[in-house]
Amino acid sequence: MKRVSLVLTIALAAGLAGQPASAQTLKTIKDRGMLSCGVSQGLPGFSSPDDKGNWTGLDVDVCRAIAAAIFNDPTKVKFVPTSAKDRFTALQSGEVDLLSRNTTWTLSRDTALGANFTGVTYYDGQGFMVKKSLKVNSALELNSASVCVQTGTTTELNLADYFKGNNMKYEVIAFATLEETLKSYESGRCDVYTTDMSGLYASRLKLANPTDHVVLPEVISKEPLGPMVRHGDDQWFDIVKWTLFAMIDAEEMGVTQKNVDEMAKSEKPDLKRAFGTDGNFGEQLGLTKDWFSRIIKAVGNYGESFDRNVGAGSKLQIARGVNQLWNKGGIQYAPPIR
Amino acid sequence: MSIASRSPPPQFAFRLKRALGGKAGWGGVAFQIVFVLILFWVGYEIFVNASANVETQRIASGFGFLNNNAGFDVSQTLIPYSGSDTYFRVFLVGLLNTILVSVISIFFATVLGVIVALGRLSSNWLMSRVAGAYVELVRNLPLLFQMLFWYLAVLAALPSPRQSVSLFGVFFLNNRGLIVPKPIGEAGFEPFLVAVLVAITASVALHRHARRQLFGEGKVIRVWPYVLGLLIGLPLLATLVFGAPFKIELPQLKGFNFAGGARVVPELVALAVALSTYTAAFIAENVRSGILAVHKGQVEAGLSLGLSRGAVLRLIVMPQALRVILPPLTSQYLSLTKNSSLAVAIGYPDLVSVFAGTALSQTGQSIEIIAITMGVYLALSLLTSLIMNFYDWRLGRSLGA
Repeated sequence: MKRVSLVLTIALAAGLAGQPASAQTLKTIKDRGMLSCGVSQGLPGFSSPDDKGNWTGLDVDVCRAIAAAIFNDPTKVKFVPTSAKDRFTALQSGEVDLLSRNTTWTLSRDTALGANFTGVTYYDGQGFMVKKSLKVNSALELNSASVCVQTGTTTELNLADYFKGNNMKYEVIAFATLEETLKSYESGRCDVYTTDMSGLYASRLKLANPTDHVVLPEVISKEPLGPMVRHGDDQWFDIVKWTLFAMIDAEEMGVTQKNVDEMAKSEKPDLKRAFGTDGNFGEQLGLTKDWFSRIIKAVGNYGESFDRNVGAGSKLQIARGVNQLWNKGGIQYAPPIR
Repeated sequence: MSIASRSPPPQFAFRLKRALGGKAGWGGVAFQIVFVLILFWVGYEIFVNASANVETQRIASGFGFLNNNAGFDVSQTLIPYSGSDTYFRVFLVGLLNTILVSVISIFFATVLGVIVALGRLSSNWLMSRVAGAYVELVRNLPLLFQMLFWYLAVLAALPSPRQSVSLFGVFFLNNRGLIVPKPIGEAGFEPFLVAVLVAITASVALHRHARRQLFGEGKVIRVWPYVLGLLIGLPLLATLVFGAPFKIELPQLKGFNFAGGARVVPELVALAVALSTYTAAFIAENVRSGILAVHKGQVEAGLSLGLSRGAVLRLIVMPQALRVILPPLTSQYLSLTKNSSLAVAIGYPDLVSVFAGTALSQTGQSIEIIAITMGVYLALSLLTSLIMNFYDWRLGRSLGA
């Protein structure tokens, strides 16, 4: 009797779960009361926890902005650390609602993985880091070197292309997590550590003697990093997309974390549209009328988030460079809110 | 108290059971059929659910990805492999690496396990305590930590390539691995190999013939001069007739690493050592229980015949102990093969790391790849069990039990 009832219970559960995951992500998040956000396992500047467990970073800010837009509370986020190896499975299976995890936008990831990229948080490129004591000045001197990479990344593929294209031999050692890769590089198992440039600067901070390591000048690939959501839910896709665009538009329009309330009272037409005084753009997304002010109050505009996490106001000191606004010399460009 | 007659209690459950299943009740045929149908329905639902989800999210599916370019390199490959080979070749590379490390570890684990078991059973107080401490310590620590310990301990102790420890100027030890001169096959390689194989087969046949003569007719034949002659003489003959079998390629330090020569990567060493020592602790206990299971009278009979303790162990105790040792030993071997999948933690490119790790992330087809990986481990395990069960059967036959 016990055996049969157990089987029946399992069968019922399986049957009820037999409905395919439909376009219900926003509703699921609201019911749950929390946004589930896939982040890295600790990359300073992008997503890393401090010793009290508070997550900060550029990718973390995007998640907090979305939580603020939905719940008016940027702390209603559950951060799920994922390694490069299991991040996509976490998204595909529904464990996380979005991946904000310095992931490169490529065609195969946009299609075969069953996911969509919603925008570019950071335009990056891949580089190499070596110990200063090796006296290497260029990536072209790295013939027959040993290279440590994280497995399951575009880094691995670009590395193969670069060395093959320049007729150089190399030995690749691929690890599952960031920590192991860094530890092996530090211990001398490999000569070179390669990942995106921003990752190199961030990881260098985690090493015992950051000044002993030098980042080589070559940038060997394009790495546009951005958030990812699952296929099949257009509303959720739009929400994540327009949250990032709101942050960029805010910087363009001069709205900062400090002057949100003041700007909300402005008579300029583009500000009135953004703040919900004119039109119902928030409702069209499935959010509230004050979605824009919630986002900027929570995390500031794109420039503020950049400076605080990876730029002049952080330990990384990365220049805006290509990530500057389009009308100030960079290529960050968001469509208008209208 | 009145002695009025009472009717029997309702017995609903009993009557229901009888009505539904006949005399066999819940175990009857009807219920078995229903149970099997429910199982199939659960499996079907799981399959349909997964397919529907994959459809909605438009994740790529099917096995066509095996023909696509992998695009990434692998550090240790037993077959030639480059970045432009297919995912199927990546799968083969991973599979061969797993088999390599499993075979090496099984061999060393068995040898070490038997030694530790005998040590634990010895009458020398120190030896038995040391062996006991080894078993208790190694059995109770998680394998992953032991693996990381060996990897970080092995690596931390070794110097960088530019300061390698060198033996005779041809062997080099550094934290990239052990670099040895590599024999490169020349014209006389195949005949040499054939000669070695023939020599080994002849030696085995000679040994069996001698044994049969000993037990059948009491004739003692000294086999070892013939074996030595065969093992040295036949390959030498092949070399003389067909030419040198290989030339030696010496490793040389060029830039960052050594060029030429063959290399045993430290990941393989750390993995093999960790797996061997861990499984040896379990095997030691199995062997010890097998030896203890043999009746004490057997040992006494052997000693009274004038055999030494070593001969008693080898000729009388071990054959009988093997009946008890083999089934759990098979489990240990299967467990070792599956534990080798932890290689991903130290960067050794085995099947899980390269196929179910990198290839899975690059193609996104989790279901197909995990199914293939599980199928491969199942096949490897079944193959190992098959071999061990065959050996068990042979043993049972020869002991007449």
